[in-house]
Amino acid sequence: MEIKVLGPGCAKCDKTEKLIREAVAETGCDATVEKITDMMQIAAFGVVATPTVIIDNTVKCSGKVPKKQDVISWLT
Amino acid sequence: MSIQTTRFSEGRDLKRAGVYAIIGALSIYLWWTVYRALPATSAWLAYDLLPLTRGSHLGASVEFFLYDTPKVMMLLVLVVFFTGIIRSFFTPEKTRAFLSGKSEFAGNILAALLGIVTPFCSCSAVPLFIGFVTAGVPLGVTFSFLIAAPMVNEIALGLLYGLLGWKIAAIYMGTGLFVAILAGWVIGRLKLENHIEDWVTNTLATGVTMEEEKMTWHDRIVYGWDAVKEIIGRVWVYMVLGIGVGAGIHGFVPEGVMASIMGDDHWWSVPLSVLVGVPMYANAAGVIPVVEALLGKGAALGSVLAFMMSVIALSLPEMVILRKVLKPRLIAIFAIVVACGILMVGYLFNLIL
Repeated sequence: MEIKVLGPGCAKCDKTEKLIREAVAETGCDATVEKITDMMQIAAFGVVATPTVIIDNTVKCSGKVPKKQDVISWLT
Repeated sequence: MSIQTTRFSEGRDLKRAGVYAIIGALSIYLWWTVYRALPATSAWLAYDLLPLTRGSHLGASVEFFLYDTPKVMMLLVLVVFFTGIIRSFFTPEKTRAFLSGKSEFAGNILAALLGIVTPFCSCSAVPLFIGFVTAGVPLGVTFSFLIAAPMVNEIALGLLYGLLGWKIAAIYMGTGLFVAILAGWVIGRLKLENHIEDWVTNTLATGVTMEEEKMTWHDRIVYGWDAVKEIIGRVWVYMVLGIGVGAGIHGFVPEGVMASIMGDDHWWSVPLSVLVGVPMYANAAGVIPVVEALLGKGAALGSVLAFMMSVIALSLPEMVILRKVLKPRLIAIFAIVVACGILMVGYLFNLIL
């Protein structure tokens, strides 16, 4: 599983990244987490709001910090 | 989240709705009772519990602070919660799809209106700008959205309503929309598309699929409540500071002193208000309590509106963020056009009131 967290580095984006990493550690699932902060790369995904969570090329959540139980449901 | 809807049977949903209605009614009753008791409580705290004399400078300041802080906080909770529920129906993606290919003038009006209700955070101004422009939303229409979204928001409207009444809140909303529509339209007319940084127009979105999120009413209530926690958590410090400064002005600055600087008898008071406002980077929560105190000391409404708008809508940090996608000339034109709109509003209100 390939997880990307898109965000220029505001408080919400950092929170999202932390949450995702925690969820991955808790569920023990086999996933790579990548944080993308570069504006050009973020724009290239075609998303209009940050933070955005992309799992295997599907936008799971955009413009808000996701809930932990939702993140866990995406991972399993 | 769509899993939740299917998990609950209709009977359970109905029971849940009943529980929400009861909790909602009780909370509003409680809210109203506390809200109504605030004037008496603040006076009691200031003059009976604390050894302050009625009519003294310090007494007036402390009473003002003790009354306004909880009052504004409570109004903000209510306004942010209900705006949050409205906002849960809108996403930037839907707004973009709706605005793409719209004609200019009608597009500007729609963009400004959608700017109020679409969830927006200034740190995602850049991806939003690119997403809009590459999806065929005209440049001027995109600007109308980007001007209205931070300027006319629930925090500003909630605070204005709480501190200055619904008339001023409505005037601010109307004139803020006017500035956003007009400035966006002018920028569109000027045909500045070649002043967008080249990499933006060369950006081709890779194929990621968007998952349509289905929200139940439960999800929307949670969304509204999350918005309350997030926004109050972020702005309360500024608000308390702003009310503190406002309380100081309220108690210690002599009546009418602001009339000479921000009054309506000098032509330069409106441009001066704008110039002072631009480098100040405060949010609505910090500025509006100060503005209320200034109005009380004889500042004219037009000058005050101009000051407030330039602090909130024309901020240097936002221009630095936008510099990533706009060439310097377009940034300068953007700032000048918005400033002109604000000046018009300022003069208009100093003239008619």
